[in-house]
Amino acid sequence: MNKIFSTFVWLGIALLGAGAVGMVAIHRGEPINALWLVTAATCCYALGYRFYSSFIAARILALDARRATPAERLENGRDFLVTNKWVVFGHHFAAIAGPGPLVGPVLAAQFGYLPGTLWVLAGAVFAGCVQDFVILLFSVRRDGKSLTEMAKEETGVIGGVIAYAAVIAILIILLAAVALVVVNALKDSPWGTFTIAMTIPIAMAMGIYLRRIRPGKVLEASVAGFILILLAIWGGQWAAQTPAVAHVFTLSAQTLAVLIIIYAFAASAVPVWILLAPRDYLSTFVKLGTIGLLAIGIVALHPTLHMPALTRFVDGTGPVFAGKVFPFAFITIACGAISGFHSLISSGTTPKLIARETETRMVGYGSMMAESAVAVMAIIAACVLQPGVYFAINSPAGLVGQTATAATTMISGWGFPVTAAEMETLAHAVGEQTLFNRTGGAPAFAVGMAHIFSQTLGGTTVMALWYHFAVMFEALFILTVLDAGTRVARFMIQDALGHIYKPLGRTSWYPSILATSALIVAAWGYFLWQGVKDPLGGINSLWPLFGIANQLLATVALCVATTILIKMHRAKYAAVTLVPLAWLVAVTFTASWQKIFAANPRIGFLAQARALASAPTAKATERLILNNQMDAAVTAGLVFMVALVLMESLRQWIAILRGRKVARVSEVPFVMTRLSEERV
Amino acid sequence: MSHIANALRIAWQMLREIFDEAAYTRFLERNQMSSSPGAYNLFLQERESAIARRARCC
Repeated sequence: MNKIFSTFVWLGIALLGAGAVGMVAIHRGEPINALWLVTAATCCYALGYRFYSSFIAARILALDARRATPAERLENGRDFLVTNKWVVFGHHFAAIAGPGPLVGPVLAAQFGYLPGTLWVLAGAVFAGCVQDFVILLFSVRRDGKSLTEMAKEETGVIGGVIAYAAVIAILIILLAAVALVVVNALKDSPWGTFTIAMTIPIAMAMGIYLRRIRPGKVLEASVAGFILILLAIWGGQWAAQTPAVAHVFTLSAQTLAVLIIIYAFAASAVPVWILLAPRDYLSTFVKLGTIGLLAIGIVALHPTLHMPALTRFVDGTGPVFAGKVFPFAFITIACGAISGFHSLISSGTTPKLIARETETRMVGYGSMMAESAVAVMAIIAACVLQPGVYFAINSPAGLVGQTATAATTMISGWGFPVTAAEMETLAHAVGEQTLFNRTGGAPAFAVGMAHIFSQTLGGTTVMALWYHFAVMFEALFILTVLDAGTRVARFMIQDALGHIYKPLGRTSWYPSILATSALIVAAWGYFLWQGVKDPLGGINSLWPLFGIANQLLATVALCVATTILIKMHRAKYAAVTLVPLAWLVAVTFTASWQKIFAANPRIGFLAQARALASAPTAKATERLILNNQMDAAVTAGLVFMVALVLMESLRQWIAILRGRKVARVSEVPFVMTRLSEERV
Repeated sequence: MSHIANALRIAWQMLREIFDEAAYTRFLERNQMSSSPGAYNLFLQERESAIARRARCC
């Protein structure tokens, strides 16, 4: 009876999901309600988790609850620790959820809501969740080894070196791209700049509170910090309305870029308790709360999506970034569908906390589904805006013109009506001087989020507060990524340099700290500066570059996973990782080819360099030419490295399948668990 | 009612783990110390490398 009931329930979910996806995909003309996206996503995730992840867990990976995990065998109360599965789930989700699933989908909304939604749903269920799940399980079976260590063991030294280089490259490009998002969100915005500036002394005060006054009471310090941040948002209004203060906090993009570079260098070089740890706690606190609040807001308000399902920009002429829907929608949205960076978290802290193998399904597959749901919320936040408003915010001045009249005329000419008066009213409502040319995705997301929040709580009178809350939320996220990313990259460089000259590897030796911090900050600072000076807004070059780098890391992770599956004699099921791998190879290699060689100067780096070279020579033009050539070289270098990993993996697969090489997995031998059910 | 209490207990544990409060409690137990600025400094020294190397995703 139960089985029949269960079958009917799942059949109902499948029919509802199919209906919702059909509604999202087929409906044209009239705006649709956001609840259709929510329903489609909920049903897809439920079906994916219940059936697909279960199939992978049982048939392919053969998860064994009796097998002791490293958390049990190597438990030391520090890194290795048997932890409740829900606690690990929260921990893992807090680590994988960053600004990516918010920014990427907002940028990709230029194609309409449909491409992004379909990619987020299918990408997560069949690729992203699978990658996170299998890498987590393989790391658990190898004493919590990192992706780079597994790549070295399974695909050879080349794989290890390339995975290492890819991680450094991704970190550098990621840091530049997210720093540019902050710059674009805060330029000429005294309110936002004041609020974000205040988060630095607030984080430092939290650090001192935790160290001197109430040692270890992080949650209460985070609550106090959050209240102070709310006061800073409220104070930002005063700052913006007081001419002398507003003058100090009204900064150009260049000034903000320099300040962020100096800040990141300082944050990377000082002890973690001063800035990094308290800011990390604070941003996690705000992140978990805001994501929850946004979910409630969307369900409560169930807003209408004004963006059409598909826009004319699927042809590659989009103003937000250039390039056709294939491949660019699939590299612009990374974290919400599949992100190579997640494989670092899945083979980092998380595998050392897992109590039973069977829990890797919920933690790995389940957390990525939650991340994907955040991306769906970002799509909704972007698409509740009138398309004309969305494009006015996200289009660079170099494309639509410097004046409000020029911009609105051009955008209205695309078939998305918007007026200068409408934009002025909106800017006034959110407490900004202007909302034109606020590229990068963050301001558009903030306007959408403020729209949803203000309709749910407080009305339009508090829209400016919600807008700046959203900007603060994103900028806080991003500054945490900048702090942590710069430091992680510094440690990686120091580890490598330690092999050449031992003192350079000492993470407490100040000359080494300063030199390696400067190296990393200079590297991403270069790309940030390039983005700031780019007449097309910078995001047009940097975000695709970041997307390519991130998806190439996912390619490396899936190569490692496929190699292990073949070595486990599961070749007949290798399609679960091979299909997403093949898709990512098609997407990233096509995108890389187009970014390097496309004849359209808005897409191809070399074409843009040639176009600039044919213009009257000026010093700035020479630098732009060099920047484009550099971007082309970086892209080519990344693709070349990943092609090597692919070829090396392919060589191994063929050798194993033809019996020329013994399939030997490097798993830790089976040890029976001693954990009782109550222990976890 | 007990289900709700259990869910709240796990949520609280989750928050304590994410925010390193649980790690500090374990540190105190392991070293048989009571909470103080000195003990927290030692904890931070031990955790410095782990916190600094903890990647944060995009």
